[in-house]
Amino acid sequence: MDCDKAFHRMYHYLDGELTVWRRWVITRHLEQCPPCGQGFEFEVELRQVIASRCRDEVPEGLRRRIAESIGMEVDRDRPGLA
Amino acid sequence: MADQAEFAELAMPYMDQLYSAAMRMTRNPADAEDLVQETYLRGYRGFGGFKAGTNLRAWLFKILTNTYINTYRAKKRRPDETELDDKEDYVLYRRIGGLEAAAAERTPESEVLDAMPDDAVKQALEALPEQFRMAVLLADVEGFSYKEIAKIMDVPVGTVMSRLHRGRKQLQARLLDFAQERGLVPEPAGRPAA
Repeated sequence: MDCDKAFHRMYHYLDGELTVWRRWVITRHLEQCPPCGQGFEFEVELRQVIASRCRDEVPEGLRRRIAESIGMEVDRDRPGLA
Repeated sequence: MADQAEFAELAMPYMDQLYSAAMRMTRNPADAEDLVQETYLRGYRGFGGFKAGTNLRAWLFKILTNTYINTYRAKKRRPDETELDDKEDYVLYRRIGGLEAAAAERTPESEVLDAMPDDAVKQALEALPEQFRMAVLLADVEGFSYKEIAKIMDVPVGTVMSRLHRGRKQLQARLLDFAQERGLVPEPAGRPAA
């Protein structure tokens, strides 16, 4: 495993989409090659940043409207229990 | 066969994720609210077709995605969606550290990331062309697997991988632009600062 190959497979590796064997080969390379290890680590951090920054709070009004509209559907489906 | 009466209880906990995704897709709160509400209604009505024991979150995201594509996408032209040239891979990392970290006195990579405000990251993602944006959103924000994304977007796994690759590249390029504008990363030599 060389550095180019490791980087070539980085996304598959971080996405958990490699076979156990390929995964192991890259993990071993990362342990032995600090620059690659740091590069992979950066990608992991970047993903955490992207995932954590892209959250929006549900407006209370929307939460209520959805609960109400499903409640109305339920009533319509089971008029005996309304 | 799932019991419709259980739908609300099972599906409500996913509302935050669905709403956040709807914001990235529609890029405005009014449309995002309509999209999420429509998703829950369709989910309730179609819940009989949901196989108990399979992934409810992925099922809801598929409804969200379909509803967005069929309803909201047609509504608007999107003049601000431009495809960037596909630059080199891992452009952000190459520029702020690691592979080309010869220059002295750079801000450490993790500090550059920490300094990225929510809005900068949201805008960078929202500026991606739709197909790339959806792939990156489903993978990197929502953590779905290639196979799940392929099902949600109704495309082959190979298409998911290439959209993801190009989307991530463009996202990094946009984040790099932001970091340069803020002076977190030096402008490339030869290009005058704005």
